[in-house]
Amino acid sequence: MARHVVARSGEIPEGGRTIVNIGGLPIGIFNIDGEYFAILNRCPHQGAPLCEGHLWPGLLVSSEPGDYTNRAEVPIISCIWHGWEFDLRTGQSVCDPQRLRVRNYDVKVEAAGTDGFNLHATTYAVEELGGVIVVDLDRRPSTGEAAKLSHLLGARSNGGNEATDREMVP
Amino acid sequence: MVTIIERTVSQTAALVRPALIDCDLHNELHGDVWALVPYLPERWRRHVETFGVRSPSGGFYPRFMDHRADARPPSGRRAGSDVDFVREDYLDRCRVAYAILNPLSPAASQTNLELGAALATACNDWQVAEWLDREPRLRASIAVAIEAPDLAVAEIRRRARDTRFVQVLFTGRPQEPMGRRKYWPIYEACEDLGLKVASHAFGSYGNPVTGAGWPSFYLEDHVGPAQAMQANIISLVTEGVFERFPGLQVISVENGFAWLPSLCWRLDAAWSLLRDEVPHLSLAPSEYVHRHVWATTQPMEEPHHPHQFAEMLDHLGPLVDRIVFASDYPHWDADQPDEAFPVRLGVEQARKFYYANAATLYGFDSKSC
Amino acid sequence: MTGNHDSETSHGTMARARTLVDADVHAVVPSTQSLFPYLSAHWRDHVTNTLMKGVVETAYPRFAPTTSRTGLDAPNGPPAGSSLEALQRDVLDCDEVEYAILCCTYQVDSLHNPDAAVAFSSAANDWLAAEWLDQDPRLRAGIVVPVHYPELAAREIDRVGGHPGFVQANLPARTTFPLGSRINSPIWDAIARNDLVAAIHFGGAPGTPPTPSGWSSYYLEDYAGMAHVVQSQLVSLITEGTLEAHPGVKVAVLEAGFTWIGPFLWRFDKEWRNLRRLVPWVRRPPSAYLRDHFRFTIQPLDAPDRNDHLLQAIDQIGSEHVLMYSSDYPHRHASDPDRLLNIVPAQLADRIRADNAKALYGLP
Repeated sequence: MARHVVARSGEIPEGGRTIVNIGGLPIGIFNIDGEYFAILNRCPHQGAPLCEGHLWPGLLVSSEPGDYTNRAEVPIISCIWHGWEFDLRTGQSVCDPQRLRVRNYDVKVEAAGTDGFNLHATTYAVEELGGVIVVDLDRRPSTGEAAKLSHLLGARSNGGNEATDREMVP
Repeated sequence: MVTIIERTVSQTAALVRPALIDCDLHNELHGDVWALVPYLPERWRRHVETFGVRSPSGGFYPRFMDHRADARPPSGRRAGSDVDFVREDYLDRCRVAYAILNPLSPAASQTNLELGAALATACNDWQVAEWLDREPRLRASIAVAIEAPDLAVAEIRRRARDTRFVQVLFTGRPQEPMGRRKYWPIYEACEDLGLKVASHAFGSYGNPVTGAGWPSFYLEDHVGPAQAMQANIISLVTEGVFERFPGLQVISVENGFAWLPSLCWRLDAAWSLLRDEVPHLSLAPSEYVHRHVWATTQPMEEPHHPHQFAEMLDHLGPLVDRIVFASDYPHWDADQPDEAFPVRLGVEQARKFYYANAATLYGFDSKSC
Repeated sequence: MTGNHDSETSHGTMARARTLVDADVHAVVPSTQSLFPYLSAHWRDHVTNTLMKGVVETAYPRFAPTTSRTGLDAPNGPPAGSSLEALQRDVLDCDEVEYAILCCTYQVDSLHNPDAAVAFSSAANDWLAAEWLDQDPRLRAGIVVPVHYPELAAREIDRVGGHPGFVQANLPARTTFPLGSRINSPIWDAIARNDLVAAIHFGGAPGTPPTPSGWSSYYLEDYAGMAHVVQSQLVSLITEGTLEAHPGVKVAVLEAGFTWIGPFLWRFDKEWRNLRRLVPWVRRPPSAYLRDHFRFTIQPLDAPDRNDHLLQAIDQIGSEHVLMYSSDYPHRHASDPDRLLNIVPAQLADRIRADNAKALYGLP
């Protein structure tokens, strides 16, 4: 059963979060300005409880040294341990959006033995339906936002940061 | 609002693997120097209350955080300052057999050297009363005022009878490079008493973190200890410290370790041409490093391609048996024991990094449990 | 085990058919008096009639075994590296070098008097132009700048930057403030507007200690330690966003070794992932900036004994465009650069021999 009711509407106030356990999967449900997001409570780096991390008011970008511009349209959670930032909508790492733009969640691209660097957190589709909040474990949110994140960061070429991903086992 | 149903940090690995030795655990001063004031004699208590503590200024960088937010105890005390919570949250949960405490006290950086020595004594008394006597798995570094070697030696000799003190703590950036003659009395005492010397990253006596002046951002300050420790190892080797004190063992703490192979290659190449300048050296520099230097793992270097990590382990040569695990708990940049290595280690190699190498270093029982 | 050839004994193993660009040879100012034609009467008089005898040279002790190949430096003769004829004989003609980049490490930064620092910088550059660049079309050079006075350094770069022989500005590894500091912005602006490369070279005389723990005792420490100073400069340039502000600028790193690059980047990339929010203008991993903007000369070779380890260290750099051949003439080294060129794949060897330097300096 992929769809799970995790809370009643209103149980998670705006700006709030709750961490639930769905069949052994710990998942954080966030309410950002009335929009819900679901993300696995595990940082892909060292397994920290990511959902206990800090919610930033947006993505911090810069046009030049000394400029600090906040893009409030991108909800960012940073890991409780090392501070790695993730786009709450997609699980994309702020540190490597280029590579993740081409990543397809539906296909396992990694062969055994090519384990390497994993820089994305796992997110799930979540919606409010008939007075309850429902998480769908089989669906990922659209990755169309990925390009937008890299655009906002203003990254140019990827400069040879050709990491391979270690398959994450939640 | 945060509702936590359960803590989901991976614990399965800790339950099935042998207990580990953590070579860098921080016992934090709740309230900074005020935690030590009760342990100071009246003369210095009055001094601190009146004038405070004074270190060379100029090393502050704005940053986010000191500690892992989940390491803050329910008591509301500073993370790492509550031995009961450290026991539960870290020593038990991560199956730690021994942990070496590195107190980052203000002792080493005081411009008033006598105050520094008094704070060192107070810090060590505090460690005994509030840490070592309360948790048998803990061992500790001796806090000393390294810039006053005579006073440091007195404190070292005072503590050496308590075998729970295993090493003497240097800051990462002493006033002079670590090999300089000034510090030899400290090394002489350590060799005599069978104590190690640990150089812990950060902490300075007024020198910038680079050989090229003060950088601007905390990111630079936080990368810098790897460079600072290279300079200290170059100094220790070149000055002939290991020639003079053949029993001395030096541990680089919280500097990473992947820079060691290239440093050895560079030193050997330089020495092959410049050895006439240092006739007191009877061995190639890398030989001294291989025999006298140890390094803790954290912050672990993480290559994008894990096979390069394996290459680096190979490049370490004999030094690979001198790499010892450290978490740096409860600091924000701590490594989680079972997730720290960017490669999957074989059982035997894991046993060495997590336990056997450190057991050899400190003379702990060689079998983990 | 193939290491430890003595460089003065093993010329000639390189394939002659291929072009060679030597990205680091030295032009040494033989004496203060040799700059008299390029100094004003005021400063000539100073040198002749006061205690001021010119700059203080400390980076390369005159008779240290690393400073010159055997036989090049007689006690009463001019210092090694001060003769164009010797450079032509020993390097340009001998190795059939197509281009060589001169590095003059004249320590004008040892002069705290800003007017003296500028006067001796200008004199050194005019001497380089007249007595080296204009005498041999194979030569290019870096501009000597008073790096400790950024506005004055920028002015000197603008003064001579139009000379076609000057292809880069020489910045010492050791500085009062890290090179990426905003204090140094005028220098980077000048480098960019003159379409020059920035060269970070061994040495520097800022008067501040060469290590994060104060002054070291031995030259060996400074010699082996220059790599960690250069590492700090890379951290500065990337973290401060110097290359974001000047995306067209490239940096040549001379005589700092290169086998440390991979492990250095593993740590630096990790720290950036941790702390990016403090410096949001650093948009890409530090390793990406390094591969796009930085080039390293290969001599002195900080190589392990085992060739497979050396090849792995080269692979860890992650780009074939980073290394550049150099002889570092007249300095003496523990290993011959041919050792490296002979073990890397042919295409990479070609890039190291010539292609990377030609691309960096826009050489035809």
